[in-house]
Amino acid sequence: MPKHALAELIERALAGEVRAAARLMTALESDPVAVPDIMRAIYPRAGKAHVIGVTGPPGAGKSSLVDKLAAALRKQGKSIGIVAVDPSSPFTGGAILGDRIRMQDRFSDAGVFIRSMASRGQPGGLAKASQNVVALMAAIGKDVVLVETVGVGQEEIDVIRVADTTIVVMVPGLGDAIQTMKAGLLEVADVFVVNKADREGADRLFKDLNLMVHTGMQESKWPPPVLKTVATESQGIDEVLEKAAEHLAFVRRSGEYEERRRQAATVEIDAILRERLLRTVIHRVPAFDRYAGEVGRREYDPYTAVDRILHESGLA
Amino acid sequence: MDGHDRGAKVVARLLRDAGFEVIYTGLYQTPESVVTTALQEDADAVGISVLSAAHKHIFAETARIMRENHMEEVVLFGGGIIPPSDIPWLEQQGVRKIFLPGASGPEIVAFLKQAVAEARAR
Repeated sequence: MPKHALAELIERALAGEVRAAARLMTALESDPVAVPDIMRAIYPRAGKAHVIGVTGPPGAGKSSLVDKLAAALRKQGKSIGIVAVDPSSPFTGGAILGDRIRMQDRFSDAGVFIRSMASRGQPGGLAKASQNVVALMAAIGKDVVLVETVGVGQEEIDVIRVADTTIVVMVPGLGDAIQTMKAGLLEVADVFVVNKADREGADRLFKDLNLMVHTGMQESKWPPPVLKTVATESQGIDEVLEKAAEHLAFVRRSGEYEERRRQAATVEIDAILRERLLRTVIHRVPAFDRYAGEVGRREYDPYTAVDRILHESGLA
Repeated sequence: MDGHDRGAKVVARLLRDAGFEVIYTGLYQTPESVVTTALQEDADAVGISVLSAAHKHIFAETARIMRENHMEEVVLFGGGIIPPSDIPWLEQQGVRKIFLPGASGPEIVAFLKQAVAEARAR
């Protein structure tokens, strides 16, 4: 995209035009040249929204919960962005993004901007692109941005790191609370939700989670509450929002908010720096492939290859 | 758009396997909600399945709202139980292509790939 067209698009998006914002989101996903310009323009405005991550195993009811949270937030007069992340097929790169099916009521509401994103099988790419789309949602003035992703795998956990408050959704019948620990969800949860709480096994899961969450807690830290919902019946939704707001107030007071922002920024800068450095090195060392060939034939080892590449690039 | 979605699901799956990213909206959409979705998702194409005999109204209304939003380069296509004699009228309203029952998968994929490529080039 030419620079002046991009600048105009950014201006229109920041003025509230949905189409322009949607185009910028596409650029953030697929146009690496445009990304730095977009981020430079929007980043200073992106700090105001409350970013709430919603994660959990497939079928836990994340989309339904997000839909009902959005409805309740709309009643409070807040504007909402929803970023729904779905996996791509690793075989064809195609994807069916179906989170909107559970968000029917939100379609015709201009105060809710829903964007679906596919992982496209690029490792690390999804976390960066979705972080940037979340920043754009905040910059165009959304009060709350809800980020929804399946809570399996490192990439999905990385997606959720951008959130100020993370809600982990569990349901009875998908294995016990230990599964949450295995998936690394215990560490990221600020609020636990036992959804489909009218089902058998919900009380057991509720007790298990409470026990696990409150074992070994440090006193100065936010104790993640465990809540029960039946999202499809809109039960327990207000309490989830209350606790999410309480969590934000708590971490702002305790200084953890800034610490989290700093950590998230570290990860972001780290990722961008790695990519830039690699690109610079590849650009400066035209014989990059030759080293791979030589190491492949076991003429020497990969560490020696990196020494030589760095030496040749002038970086070390 | 109505109470039947098997055809739409089959097409969604087909397009996914051809490398498209498909936003599947589910049943009972309105022309307004379909266009809102296409706008927010920055879609290249909008596909609608109609089996309720309301195809004239639905396609014309969707095309009208798309024009209102200056979405001229977004490809509008569809399928369902539609009398072939209605197709010329639908095309006049801005529908690029109607697939009738029996249309083959490769046919739909080939049409969409070409139509999207042309629209992007403009």
